[in-house]
Amino acid sequence: MIGNALAVAHAVRSGDISALEVTGAALARIDASNGGLNCFTAVLAERALAEAAAVDGKIARGEDPGPLAGVPFAAKNLFDIRGIPTLAGSLIRAGAARPERDADLIEALNGAGAVLTGALNMDEFAYGFVTENSHYGATRNPHDRTRVAGGSSGGSAAAVAAGMVPLTLGTDTNGSIRVPASFCGIFGLKPTFGRLSRRGAFLFSSSLDTVGPFARSAEDLAAVYDVLQGSPCPETCLSQLKQGIGGLRMAVAGGYFMDPGATQANEAVGAVAGALGVDRMIELPEAARARAAAYVITASEGGLHHLADLRTEASRYDPNTRDRFLAGALVPAAWVSFGQRFRSWYREQIREIFRSVDVILAPATPTPAILIGQNTIVVNGVEMPARANIGIFTQPISFVGLPVVTVPIQSPGKLPIGVQLIGAPYQEAKLLRVAWDLENAGIASAPVANY
Amino acid sequence: MDINNAAAEIGLTIDPAYQAGVQEQLTRLRAVAEFLMEFPLPQDVEPAPVFQP
Repeated sequence: MIGNALAVAHAVRSGDISALEVTGAALARIDASNGGLNCFTAVLAERALAEAAAVDGKIARGEDPGPLAGVPFAAKNLFDIRGIPTLAGSLIRAGAARPERDADLIEALNGAGAVLTGALNMDEFAYGFVTENSHYGATRNPHDRTRVAGGSSGGSAAAVAAGMVPLTLGTDTNGSIRVPASFCGIFGLKPTFGRLSRRGAFLFSSSLDTVGPFARSAEDLAAVYDVLQGSPCPETCLSQLKQGIGGLRMAVAGGYFMDPGATQANEAVGAVAGALGVDRMIELPEAARARAAAYVITASEGGLHHLADLRTEASRYDPNTRDRFLAGALVPAAWVSFGQRFRSWYREQIREIFRSVDVILAPATPTPAILIGQNTIVVNGVEMPARANIGIFTQPISFVGLPVVTVPIQSPGKLPIGVQLIGAPYQEAKLLRVAWDLENAGIASAPVANY
Repeated sequence: MDINNAAAEIGLTIDPAYQAGVQEQLTRLRAVAEFLMEFPLPQDVEPAPVFQP
């Protein structure tokens, strides 16, 4: 059974299928697929079956099992899971104290009846866009196993795209939800900075890090987002989802976000804009410098977060991240301070733009999923290092904490690619309405990958 | 930047095997920072050390 989350919850709640049956089927799918895709770094079969049995017990007793009753989910391995080490993609944390408590988001999903099935692969300490992890291997893209899943939440996106589980949790600092959602052809939500609890998540760059969900439909994304906001939910998005898009002012991001060579990305944005009837174009001023500032601040905050471990255990870091963390620790204060001051300026420019627009459309990635081991991509006609440039369209947005829903655009014979629906702070509900409208119109979709 | 001197200031020793790679990353960061700092930011713009969107 490869149903979406709400379909599973409905079937479980109405007694058509037991949570144990759903969980058993998910564990069997994980067992069958994980060898080829390398999404999970830990499968928690015993815990999952116990949680499913508890859901079935509630139903048998006539109690409310929660809105996500029996829905299997999994979390990027930087979220605390009681009893297993929080790896954050690293070797050096494999021996760290095992948490006694789950991360807040896992507690919230468990509280809604969802069933935790395991922990998912990622770039070491979330510093990457590819999930090619030297310790735990590359996660493979379910649409084409020779390609990356994107990162850093690659395991989270691939597990959903492959139909292993309908919901996963990831984190996004500079694009780590939006990039893998684009590469794996699924829906992803990067919430407003600060809106969801990060307690129990191993941070990377604290003034940029956000936590959020992946799913295969806009409705699932809204349902899980409502749960993740906490109880009682401050603003239910699910209840607003089908309001339509009337009254929403939308525009396409021009200039920096329109690389003439990014053919498929531009086609995807064009298809979305066409379906929504959007012909307005707006410019986000100094987006390239916003990206530059995000790059510098991330390097510095990341490097300093790891300073103690870099002093004693640098040799055990992934070669893909080690030099960047070491260099980040040495970044002069002048660069970071200027970046933070620029951030204030840029935030005011973006605030001004959102006085006249509700949703901005932009590509999520310049290309569909790149090959495993591919070192360069072509941006604006110039060959550039792939790892540093996959996030060119995501970094200027998260830099000032904006919420984004990534919607997947499928084309026959091509790999999927994502489009960012960008909103003003705390306007996730509007973005989810647009995502649902695009899905309903057949423009955005996330079928299980036929791998 | 002399990376060994800078590292010593924060109690860090960079293994000779990593020094070329670290230098390369810092060179890239420096180019990005120079581009950033070319922006004529008004002097009265204050930093956002505690970031609120």
